[in-house]
Amino acid sequence: MTSTLKQYSKELLKNLYRTMVRIRLVEESFVEPILSEEIRCPVHLYTGEEAVATGVCANLTVRDYVFGTHRSHGHYIAKGGGMKEMVAEIYGKQTGCAKGRSGSMHVIDTKIGMMGAAPIVAGTVSLAVGAALASQIRKENRVTIAFFGDGAVGEGVLHEALNFAAIKKLPVIFVCENNLYSTHLPISEIRPKNNIYEIGSPYGIHYERVDGQDVLKVYEAAKNAVALCRDGKGPVFIECMTYRFRGHVGPDDNVQGSHIDIRPDAEVLAWKKKDPIVMFGKVLKEEKIASEKDLQKIQAGAAREVKQAHIFAKKSPFPNPKDLNKYVFCK
Amino acid sequence: MIKQHRKLSYSLALNEALYQMMAKDKSVFLIGQGVKSPWYVGNTATGLLQKFGEARVIDTPVSENAITGSAVGAAIAGMRPVVVHPRIDFMMYASDPIINEAANWHYMSGGAASVPIVIWGIINRGGEQAAQHSQALQALYAHIPGLKVVMPATPYDAKGLMIAAIKDNNPVVYIDDRSLYRDEESVPKEIYSVPIGKGIIRKTGKDITIVGISYMAREALKAAEELKKDGIDAEVIDMRSVKPLDIPLILRSIKKTGRLLIAEAAWLTGSVSATIAAEVATSPVAWKVLKSPIARVTLPDTPAPMSRTLEGSFYIDAKDIVATAQKIIR
Repeated sequence: MTSTLKQYSKELLKNLYRTMVRIRLVEESFVEPILSEEIRCPVHLYTGEEAVATGVCANLTVRDYVFGTHRSHGHYIAKGGGMKEMVAEIYGKQTGCAKGRSGSMHVIDTKIGMMGAAPIVAGTVSLAVGAALASQIRKENRVTIAFFGDGAVGEGVLHEALNFAAIKKLPVIFVCENNLYSTHLPISEIRPKNNIYEIGSPYGIHYERVDGQDVLKVYEAAKNAVALCRDGKGPVFIECMTYRFRGHVGPDDNVQGSHIDIRPDAEVLAWKKKDPIVMFGKVLKEEKIASEKDLQKIQAGAAREVKQAHIFAKKSPFPNPKDLNKYVFCK
Repeated sequence: MIKQHRKLSYSLALNEALYQMMAKDKSVFLIGQGVKSPWYVGNTATGLLQKFGEARVIDTPVSENAITGSAVGAAIAGMRPVVVHPRIDFMMYASDPIINEAANWHYMSGGAASVPIVIWGIINRGGEQAAQHSQALQALYAHIPGLKVVMPATPYDAKGLMIAAIKDNNPVVYIDDRSLYRDEESVPKEIYSVPIGKGIIRKTGKDITIVGISYMAREALKAAEELKKDGIDAEVIDMRSVKPLDIPLILRSIKKTGRLLIAEAAWLTGSVSATIAAEVATSPVAWKVLKSPIARVTLPDTPAPMSRTLEGSFYIDAKDIVATAQKIIR
């Protein structure tokens, strides 16, 4: 963990901590309603990976764009999406961010630049490249983030998108969240080498690998990447080494009713020792940026927000069945 | 204002639509393989690069998936891209951005986002080009909720439907048949739209309704001339759009004629003509007015062949319409 924090404002550091806590608490709040089947849509929890979305999005403005994946609650929250609208969406309510049409896998809030998310692996990467192209054509200097996982590297379109973005020097940052598992398959079974970041090399772009559990390392890498993109020197490829603390979908790997984790216990435990929130909280205290009490206050605030979001979602109406065909076509 | 007309070929009418819309609206841009070269898109892109520059006339590597996805992403971010696939067969690589992403994005966002994109695929029928250079794949796209599909058959419609497609706030798949590119007719100089989802009666008649799709609308008109010699007065409908389908127009027509023939140069099974036949057959109107079974003139369920003799038995034209019409009227 980075030791010198003097270069950062206290406000920034506390905000990084707050965002990670907000993501963690909202993610964990879904466990119970998933198990009770009050929430039924597929929910891919971001627990354990909070430092990636937080560190990247802290460098963006509301005008910048983000495209996400099936596991995008963290991206949505870090970009500034409304928590209660997200929670309501996951409950399938009309007040949700997609009016109950999509659920967990398609969180969107275009007002703040969260342009959407989709579970087709690598399916949104080219969309992000296109948003960057739009920015370039309009000379707007917006930066676009394409979040995707290690599994997406198996898709040809990712490589096509990298090539095209590099030819056009588009302001897009490819952020690979390498959590070492493509659903159930470990990285060793989907790639000859654990070297995803090196796919940036043939395209002549800046590429690097960072510790995705260290929010400041992610923040620094993204800061550099955003500066390059704003300067017309994009695109950039960043691989963030991270780990999901929960199952691929739902709280755990619920294989035919047996709630077990298919990953080795020792591996899971080792990664849980690298909890990005615990580690960052420790540094904030050691460096006297925040006291334990300050951190507890942040946690309590986030817990209240999460609770309010669930109350809002639960009392919101479901979509009217008569509105089934609404939104098939745009007027 | 007096409408100014002059003769224009189909391809130049298309070119004029692109030129005028790009000049009018800065969010419109053209992207795809070969837009710099007549090798791919004929003269449809002539002059665009010179006028609008490389930022808005973007030639691309052979990466249909990422390029189409980029166009979709640009549309989500507020642009109005036209992405061209000089051979629609290659558009299969772009199925994810078209079918999973573009078609669903508006619905999936509960109306928060829209995808005003034109996905332009060219059918290169015939010429011994064999199975992967000649396919008519409109039914695949017509099947998908959230996509509109147009198939202009005339120079007037080539321009008017391209303009309508660019202005539409939804993804529109614009499919044209390259063999139409040299057809000429009088085309207005100004910007005008042909309504998407509406067909048109090209010739009125009382004995049979012939519905044509894309170049088969032109063939249907030729067939109607032939049928006249037999004393058969055919009504010819050009569908113009294959999604949404203008079924009410067909129903009104068969009330008058009592007979329906659908001509589409696409495979028989699961085709647009199959959907039209089903829509008509299941309507209460058909039960009351049809004097003979609905007939279809389509391609057989066979890949497009190469050798000219095989092409001759594979493709359809006015003669096939005439023969089938005579059969059902007798």
